[in-house]
Amino acid sequence: MENQNDILEVRDLKVNFDTYAGEVKAIRDVSFDLKKGETLAIVGESGSGKTVTTRTIMGLMANNAKIAGGSIKYKDKELLKMSDKELSGLRGNDIAEIFQDPMTSLDPTMKIGRQVAEPLMIHQGLDKKTAMDKALKMLKLVGITNAEARINDFPHQFSGGMRQRIVIAIALVNNPEIIIADEPTTALDVTIQAKILDLMNELKTKIDTSIIFITHDLGVVAGMADRVAVMYAGKIVEYGTVDEIFYNPKHPYTWGLLNSMPTISTKGNSLPSIPGTPPDLLDPPKGDAFAPRNPYVLKIDTLEQPPFFKVSNTHYAATWLLDKRAPKVTPPAQIVERQKTYAKLKGVSLEQVQNGGE
Amino acid sequence: MEKKNAPVILNVEHLKQYFNITRKDAVKAVDDISFHIFKGETFGLVGESGSGKTTTGRAIIRLYEPTAGKITFEDEDVSKLKGKQQLQKFRRDIQMIFQDPYASLNPRMKVRDIIAEGIDINHLAKDENDRNQQVDELLETVGLSKEHATRYPHEFSGGQRQRIGIARALAVKPKFIIADEPISALDVSIQAQVVNLLKKLQNERDLTFLFIAHDLSMVKYISDRIGVMHYGKMLEIADADELYAHPLHNYTRSLLSSVPFPDPEYERNRKVIDYDAAEENDGKERSMVEVAPGHFVRASEDEVPEYKKRLSETPLFKEV
Repeated sequence: MENQNDILEVRDLKVNFDTYAGEVKAIRDVSFDLKKGETLAIVGESGSGKTVTTRTIMGLMANNAKIAGGSIKYKDKELLKMSDKELSGLRGNDIAEIFQDPMTSLDPTMKIGRQVAEPLMIHQGLDKKTAMDKALKMLKLVGITNAEARINDFPHQFSGGMRQRIVIAIALVNNPEIIIADEPTTALDVTIQAKILDLMNELKTKIDTSIIFITHDLGVVAGMADRVAVMYAGKIVEYGTVDEIFYNPKHPYTWGLLNSMPTISTKGNSLPSIPGTPPDLLDPPKGDAFAPRNPYVLKIDTLEQPPFFKVSNTHYAATWLLDKRAPKVTPPAQIVERQKTYAKLKGVSLEQVQNGGE
Repeated sequence: MEKKNAPVILNVEHLKQYFNITRKDAVKAVDDISFHIFKGETFGLVGESGSGKTTTGRAIIRLYEPTAGKITFEDEDVSKLKGKQQLQKFRRDIQMIFQDPYASLNPRMKVRDIIAEGIDINHLAKDENDRNQQVDELLETVGLSKEHATRYPHEFSGGQRQRIGIARALAVKPKFIIADEPISALDVSIQAQVVNLLKKLQNERDLTFLFIAHDLSMVKYISDRIGVMHYGKMLEIADADELYAHPLHNYTRSLLSSVPFPDPEYERNRKVIDYDAAEENDGKERSMVEVAPGHFVRASEDEVPEYKKRLSETPLFKEV
């Protein structure tokens, strides 16, 4: 591992899909680290490649997916070179996943206690009784009321929020090093979502695992993440700490994404929206994939892909606007408001924030 | 708000919509709700799954026969509409935009025929030429181009499909549009595009919207007034700004406190307010009380002073 604190290192990952129309380049050179104990949020719209990235980590790709290059290292082990058997030893043990839809990720014909106990029996070889005892503890931990009695109930006897708690219990029961949570609250009502997110934050400090949190909801990210990676068209376009991404974003796509969500005080006749639609990854554009939708587009954007420019030790953005030769642009007014908050948080002036640096 | 002086276009009085009444699994999906919508405004109806907001929309457009209550549209009792002619006119005046743009367009029809279906049924086109021209204009209105008319729904993205659904609704020149979670299935950046389109159309065509959604921040943005539903009951109605500044009902407070905002500082300090529906199972008689002009809350007599007190408190949710 390049860094002592890293538990997972993804480097230059490329994933293609063979389709009847041709080869879709779904992941185009994605690199990121996951540190021990942190929550990394990957945000982006549908088709940006966030789910494909984590499926590849789990070794759960579709049949027509092809890894065209790159490496995924988990504790010095190369996941991409592992056999199916080795991978399935990791899944549910070292790396667990919480899925979006609790109804389809639970087995409707199996009692919930048994579903929570199963990973313990498979991965740790515990006998049924010990495993069931542990499962019961886990169900209590995730807040299933009257767990002793309900351990023999089936998934359909639970509400959506309770079902997602059970899914979380299954994911956590083997004390995984990494949890991948793919839109874990998208299917839930907001009041239930708030409870599940609180639970996840509480458990994170108790169990000390790393979380990769995938979502399109920036509100959820703001409350859950330590660091954020923004994906667009199969690439990470910006990453940094949660404060850096929300209060001092540098990529015009991040600006657009933040602006298109109304806040409590948003008024007026039109919301800032990102015009157009994401590019077709059958034939990705030559330069910056965001160029056709970018109001701040430069000529070079259409010719060459921007490299990552360093904003701080933790904050990088792939946009030519950060190149020394680029003209200086003022971000949209709402983003400037965010920069003001950042300046206040860090105790520096607005100019210092806007001129980059720490 | 200037729309206050507008006439009432839709009035819902004591609407009850029960299902399976005679059976053990009877459901009171909508249980005695009343509200009205002014001409030209957007009325947001929010609530969680199972709150009855979609059922309310469907009862208005007479997809169900209400168990009890009265719905009047432009001073006409909707339940009294009889015969093909009256119903057809009514369904021309009220159109619907659905949540899932994939399921609500016939995959075997070309976009032109999908949009023109209402034009054909209502004989709104003089001839083939006129029909095509109307469709072309509608496509441009919703931000597509006339070249799209000969394609099939699967050739479009989710946002574009929702635009087709909007064009279809507009084709019969409705006065009132029920939009049931029209943006929930779309990506964030596309949501903003569709919301902007709806706002633009409303200004240009003097449309009235019933906007049904669970996404509270978007509802606040698009609505003039908002009604909050829970378990089939209307709990609170107020101007959008007022509802967010002074949520009175405990459920509204809980709902608003649960909404995450894209602001890490706000999120770090956010306290979720719990709500237990059982707190209303005390046998007290409750009805909608107007505690401030235009601000209604479902309350028993002895709860009113507390709600009045809440009105004068500083806003519960700070501006982000």
